Amino acid sequence: MIATGTIEERLRSLVGAQHIRPGRAEDVVRGVQPSFVVEPGNERELADVLRSADESGIGVIPRGGATKLSWGNPPRRADLILSTTRLNRVIEHAWADLTVTVESGCTIQKLQETLAQHGQRLALDALWPERATVGGILSSNDTGALRLRFGGLRDLIIGVTLALPDGTLASSGGKVVKNVAGYDLPKLATGALGTLGVITRAIFRLHPLPKSAKSFCFLAKTTEEMQDLVLAIQDSKLAHTSFQALFAGAAAPEAHILFEATEAGLSAQATQLRSLLGQIPAHEVPSRVWNARQELWTQGNTQATILKITLLPADIAKTVSYIENTARSLHVSWHLVVQATGIGWLRLEPAEGLGAMIEELRTELRRGAGSLVVLQCPTELQALDSWGDAGDTLSVMRALKNQLDRHGTLNPGRFVGCI
Amino acid sequence: MDLRVASEFRKAIDARGYISSPEELGTYECDGLTNFRVMPLAVLLPSSTEQVQAIVRICHRERIPFVARGSGTGLSGGALPVENGVVISLARMNHILEVDLPNARVVVEPGVINLDVTGQVQPQEYFYAPDPSSQSVCSIGGNVAENSGGAHCLKYGFTTTHVLGLEVVLPDGSLVHLGGKTLDVPGYDLSGVFVGSEGTLGIATKVILRIVKKPECIRTLLAAFPSTNEAGAAVSDIIAAGMLPAAIEMMDNLAIQAAEAAVHANYPSCGGLLLVELDGPVAEVEALMQQVDAICAKNGASEIRVAQSDAERTLVWKGRKAAFAAMGRISPNYIVQDGVIPRTALPQVMSEIVRLSQETGLRVANVFHAGDGNLHPLVLYDRHIPGQEQAAEALSYRILELCIAAGGSITGEHGVGEEKKMMMSKMFSEPDLDTMQRVRCAFDPFQLSNPTKVFPTPRLCGEKPGEYVPHPLETAGLAERF
Repeated sequence: MIATGTIEERLRSLVGAQHIRPGRAEDVVRGVQPSFVVEPGNERELADVLRSADESGIGVIPRGGATKLSWGNPPRRADLILSTTRLNRVIEHAWADLTVTVESGCTIQKLQETLAQHGQRLALDALWPERATVGGILSSNDTGALRLRFGGLRDLIIGVTLALPDGTLASSGGKVVKNVAGYDLPKLATGALGTLGVITRAIFRLHPLPKSAKSFCFLAKTTEEMQDLVLAIQDSKLAHTSFQALFAGAAAPEAHILFEATEAGLSAQATQLRSLLGQIPAHEVPSRVWNARQELWTQGNTQATILKITLLPADIAKTVSYIENTARSLHVSWHLVVQATGIGWLRLEPAEGLGAMIEELRTELRRGAGSLVVLQCPTELQALDSWGDAGDTLSVMRALKNQLDRHGTLNPGRFVGCI
Repeated sequence: MDLRVASEFRKAIDARGYISSPEELGTYECDGLTNFRVMPLAVLLPSSTEQVQAIVRICHRERIPFVARGSGTGLSGGALPVENGVVISLARMNHILEVDLPNARVVVEPGVINLDVTGQVQPQEYFYAPDPSSQSVCSIGGNVAENSGGAHCLKYGFTTTHVLGLEVVLPDGSLVHLGGKTLDVPGYDLSGVFVGSEGTLGIATKVILRIVKKPECIRTLLAAFPSTNEAGAAVSDIIAAGMLPAAIEMMDNLAIQAAEAAVHANYPSCGGLLLVELDGPVAEVEALMQQVDAICAKNGASEIRVAQSDAERTLVWKGRKAAFAAMGRISPNYIVQDGVIPRTALPQVMSEIVRLSQETGLRVANVFHAGDGNLHPLVLYDRHIPGQEQAAEALSYRILELCIAAGGSITGEHGVGEEKKMMMSKMFSEPDLDTMQRVRCAFDPFQLSNPTKVFPTPRLCGEKPGEYVPHPLETAGLAERF
């Protein structure tokens, strides 16, 4: 908390009294209570607010829809919530060029609705699209099952404007998909958890909405069988859009696969899938199966621990067996949604004994070139490092932070290596 | 070069890896952009990561600038040596280290030739997707530096899409691992920043690539239009119909003539030729191909044909990929330009290019990656005619200004390098460029790695680069850094 009134007055003069308010209980960021919430009305105002905060030496937490504020370590300080809620315009949907320029506070749902008017989409399935914002999903690098076909946010973003703590508004990339002029700062901002600058606008490449789509489900008897099926499908010439496998306790492993194509193409794909699966039946399922990742947050009553894990696709069975064995010995209930890209989300509860299990799982995953990030955990696990060891690149990351946010104003302590 | 330093370099690598005689150095004085030439002090050919580290440590200690070089096919002068600097050629580090088919990953050294990656995994029906026209000779390390594209990046993405991780020797000689074999390695996306940084952030010594399963079928259609305007309208209709072809290429009449003369690709003679490639499952591709056919017919295509065999398809592509070199058949000299426009600006930009061509009396041939608006205007000239080379250069820069005015970019795949660094300030504002330079300072505070490239003016990284500078409030004891 900060005690001085000066900064508050400066901020009020920048954004107007109606756009600054004291922090409330719902603004708490992993246990830290911010003093103010400021809602600038445009990019310049936002950059000026940020510069004022930086000059005053206070900690700033950029915030979009506040859906993923628990991701990342608790902030060392959180004096000011810098909300992008008023930067919510779709600036330009150049539909004939398949690009969109959008302000960072625009929700994903609003963006997708705008794009759908011309039969297009931002090809990703983010969590809580009705509240999550462009800036929020970019900063947290949140992508879902569509990533298999369309790549991650890093592959969809083609331009970015960042507000830096010294008040600079800097753009990189542009409005064309193919562009190698200058450094790729859109990628640097993606997944940086707002620690280098505040994203004020982004430009994305778009894809057409599918002509038609069908999802299929099939079960495997064992984890190993599911592993074989995942690898066989990935090694096949099927042109699927998404592919996820669900594992939980003693339940039979279940997989979902999505095809998007013309009607003729869809029926041929379904036939090929069935021929590849042999004796294993595949039945059509509604598209809501793709909510499985989001449902990890809502199933059950307790505030569970939720992890994002990455692994090589061929290591799925090995990892699932490891989780199964350790969870059994600790009497922990677990649900895993893992995609064929090798990105998975794991729900664990209750919290007793989990601290050691998570660290061991992290070590196990790292052995196979993977990683583990804690997205949500109950307060008793608050001490867990969200990110784990950053390896030999930490010095470069710190140097980057030092260049762009020299005073450590943005999201202090929340990122890898306590950046 | 200082004899002591020369001897240290020699010790760091074996004797055959050290080149300093003027006649041998001549090979390295330029890359594919031959009108810029600088003689390096020496060329060093390491054969391991450790040797690269040893060389770079000496450079760092002695503040000797260095330029990494792959096959030297770059078209923007990215591998042009710098004054009083050395060239570090990665040509000897050309081993494919690991092929992991179940996970669709290949780990290579930077000197591996692009097409050899596909060659390695072709028997299992995989391929490495980025396909610059020089793919039979260009190296993966060079592709990483330039973020190379190619005709098929419309669907498959660029080098950056396919590089998952990198082992990099930083400009101080230390070794770091950016990204990795899995996706979303925690931390900043440093491999995303490194790819396309044109050798200014360090030297890649290992690259983890993603490979792609070959599609069930590939169909290539050729359509002949009266001019590039009708061909461009067909492209817009294909995109508007919700299709994402593997590639859409366009050539104008002059480019067709040159390609025909060079490789006899059997192209129809017309004002605008479109080459559309669809790939994927047979049923899907056939359904979409009918639509493409109808769209081309509707937009006035006088002839539409689909390559009937692999050999025919290969020939169609050979013509396209040879288009730059083929200009030698119709002009003594030419400049290859590389600009990008939003696809919808094509008719307007094309008519401006025609106007500029008439105004200057210089012929301009056009080869486009039409699907993503990447133009390759080829400005033809004769260097023996006084003033024509300068006029051609000026024209090629004016075309880039057209691209910027249309909301595009000064380079889609060839890079900024030496050639276009002065154009950067026309595309980006000072704060934009300054922010990029801050990123450079984080990797290379002494600006040793390919300095003088990409940015119009160098930026000082501060007297004590990388060190923490306390906030005035901290100094005054009013705030604390945690």
